[in-house]
Amino acid sequence: MERNQMLRQVAVMRQSFFDQGFLDEQFVQLEELQDDANPNFVEEVVTLYYRDSSRQILNIDQALERNPLDFNKLDTYMHQFKGSSTSIGAKKVKAECTQFREYCKAGNGEGCMRTFQQVKKEYAILKRKLEAYFQQVRVQSGPSETACRPRN
Amino acid sequence: MTVEPEMDDPRDHFPIGMRVLAVDDDPTCLFFLETLLRRCQYHVTTTNQAVTALKLLRENKNKFDLVISDVHMPDMDGFKLLELVGLEMDLPVIMLSANGDTKLVMKGITHGACDYLLKPVRIEELKNIWQHVIRRKKFDSKDSNHSGNQDNPHSGSGEGGIGSAGTLSDQNGKLNKRRKDQNEDEEEEHDEDGHDDSSTQKKPRVVWSVELHRKFVAAVHQMGIDKAVPKKILDLMNVEKLTRENVASHLQKYRLYLKRLNSIVNQQANMAAALGSTDASYLRMGSLSGLENFHTLNGSGQFHNSAFRSFPSSGMLGRLNTPAGLGMRGLPSSGVTQLGHAQNSSSSTVDQVNFQQVMLPGSHNGSVLQGMPTALELDPLQHIKGVTHARELSTAIDNRTVFPISSGFPDAKITIGSSSNSLLGVTNNTLMLEQNRQGAQGGKVFGNQSSVSVASLNSEFPSPLMDHNRLNDNWSTAAQSSGIHSNSFPLNDCFKQPILHHNNLRDNMSTMALRIGSNRCDVSSVTSMPPQLQDIRADMQCQASLISSNAEQISNHAPPQGWDDHNQDGSYRLNVMCSSINSMIPVNSAVGPTGQGLEPKNTIFLANMDFNSIGQSNFNDPLYMKYDLVNKSAAEASLKLKQGLLMDQRKPQGNHISSNFGSLEDIVSAMVKQNGLLDWIDDCLIQELAHLLKGYSSIW
Repeated sequence: MERNQMLRQVAVMRQSFFDQGFLDEQFVQLEELQDDANPNFVEEVVTLYYRDSSRQILNIDQALERNPLDFNKLDTYMHQFKGSSTSIGAKKVKAECTQFREYCKAGNGEGCMRTFQQVKKEYAILKRKLEAYFQQVRVQSGPSETACRPRN
Repeated sequence: MTVEPEMDDPRDHFPIGMRVLAVDDDPTCLFFLETLLRRCQYHVTTTNQAVTALKLLRENKNKFDLVISDVHMPDMDGFKLLELVGLEMDLPVIMLSANGDTKLVMKGITHGACDYLLKPVRIEELKNIWQHVIRRKKFDSKDSNHSGNQDNPHSGSGEGGIGSAGTLSDQNGKLNKRRKDQNEDEEEEHDEDGHDDSSTQKKPRVVWSVELHRKFVAAVHQMGIDKAVPKKILDLMNVEKLTRENVASHLQKYRLYLKRLNSIVNQQANMAAALGSTDASYLRMGSLSGLENFHTLNGSGQFHNSAFRSFPSSGMLGRLNTPAGLGMRGLPSSGVTQLGHAQNSSSSTVDQVNFQQVMLPGSHNGSVLQGMPTALELDPLQHIKGVTHARELSTAIDNRTVFPISSGFPDAKITIGSSSNSLLGVTNNTLMLEQNRQGAQGGKVFGNQSSVSVASLNSEFPSPLMDHNRLNDNWSTAAQSSGIHSNSFPLNDCFKQPILHHNNLRDNMSTMALRIGSNRCDVSSVTSMPPQLQDIRADMQCQASLISSNAEQISNHAPPQGWDDHNQDGSYRLNVMCSSINSMIPVNSAVGPTGQGLEPKNTIFLANMDFNSIGQSNFNDPLYMKYDLVNKSAAEASLKLKQGLLMDQRKPQGNHISSNFGSLEDIVSAMVKQNGLLDWIDDCLIQELAHLLKGYSSIW
């Protein structure tokens, strides 16, 4: 029962990601790549993403502190970051990135900075959600004998 | 497709087990891609650095069937990698990017990508990428199909030519002959449909060595780029075991390369006009490009010419860097380093750059050449021939050879492009040589010819150029001498050595001619040689013009892209050289003892001058101001060029044409002005000329 409940919970959580626009179809692709040979593929990819993207975010933050702003560089950094985010299907983050790039192209520093705050916000929200999600997944896929593993 | 597993090789079950090399700097994307590829049952190797990828590929060309690479990478541009892989290893490359701009996709295609995928990539798309391997293989092994020798059973591995690494098998030869008879013109790009079985045949890859490429270029040149058909080329080349297909695909690449050069040249022309400032980076680029090509050539190990390699690109650059009056400084130290580097290590990047540059409008149909005459006012189309020839030489380099110089020419029809690499290479070498010369190493410099000369310009010229001893070397050497000598080294040094050492009389002649241009003596020498040197001269001139143009272009052009710049630098120098030559010539005629012979040369040089003038406006060459060249206009032109090339570095040194080595004139003028070097040079030149003539006659 609890197991079922957990399964359901995980399913609901997962569905909410899509419904609320946090994740898109790409995430499903990741899931499809997960199999017995790669049992934790999705989590691995997401972990890798968060690790690498934090560095990219730092770069952008630093670049935004320069004066005057180097829009080309900002655009390049953002392009990279956006590429990564796209790989895991981070929909909202991606949307903010696109907005950021628009501002870059327009040379709107103020807009860039504002948008980047949004990017970071969405990025953090998604990270939290995904962490919780994977935790559930792990718990749920844990040894079946311990179906009633206490949740953290 | 049907795989006929004759061996128990997992690759027999192609596409299963297809060996893919994935390159992407983003670890998330790379990991994702890797997983997808594994899911498709391919054998995957990943790396997040383009240089590592190249290293892996170079280690063993047969280790991979396909390469997938991201476009935006920090250590190397994806397009550059693409080109290098295509040229060196002839493997299919698929580009990946989150950016699906039409322009970018187009760029991928022009650089030779066989596909362009958008991120995030989907597994369905990856499931079909094996077709590129088969397609390539099929094309290459078309003949093997027919011959019946097909021993290599296979197909599966997809390597369309990767198979045996590089040598033509006998069967190919046989097949080839048969094929040739059957397929008269289809060539080049095509893929014959009837050979279904070939797709499963593994065909040994052909390595287009410098020698081979030279033959190829010669053959194409003979026929005219427009009329060149693989079958005839093959016949002309008369190389055993070379199949028509090999030639066809090589021709295709060559044309692409020329086209690219062409566009680059045009671009350069525009840029040159627009650029007024000597951009060191620009120069650098040029040189780098040159080096790259150069390097690439070396890297591939195919082209290279000893000269090429030896060209002390670093040396040159070094020279360039050394303010030593060379003025060549235009090449920023980085450039120098690069060149040097390029030379020694296969800097793939460099190669790429160079290649690009070289791609002068060579329009593979010789249009480039045509352009040249016009621009240069070369009278005789023979000049163009020389140029074209160079172009053909470049074929070997294929796109890679980028003539740095070419790009520079605004109009220079940069035939150089066509002659491509050879010319450029040579010119560069010459320039470089000159530089080297400074140190009075002339002999060495010239010996290397292509490489050396290029040094000044853009050592980049790919080896094909180098091979082109003829004119190129000489020319460049000569040019170099003049240009480079800005340093205390008198042109004498340059002239002396290169000429003597130069194998190709023609080259020597060119060198001499160049020198002559810069030097009064030169002029006379040139004139005296006219009859025999005609050809050479023409070539030289072409080169000179090319170079000049390039130089101009280079200088003018504010090099946006690494390799473009390089090209430009190269061209710039060429221009300079040309200009100097040109200027010199006219001047010389006026002054010089032998006015008469100069005529033809003058024309050519003048042509160059034109270029220079163009460049002039753009450059504010301080050096220029510094010394008053004999021929003001010429000087200016050369200065401009030089400026572009050397950019800043030039310091007008009293003795030499510190300003830009590029312009012979400058050098000469400087020299003349400063001291009685001219006389000295004259003497040297005369001697050399004599030698040259001697040698020349024997050659011809």
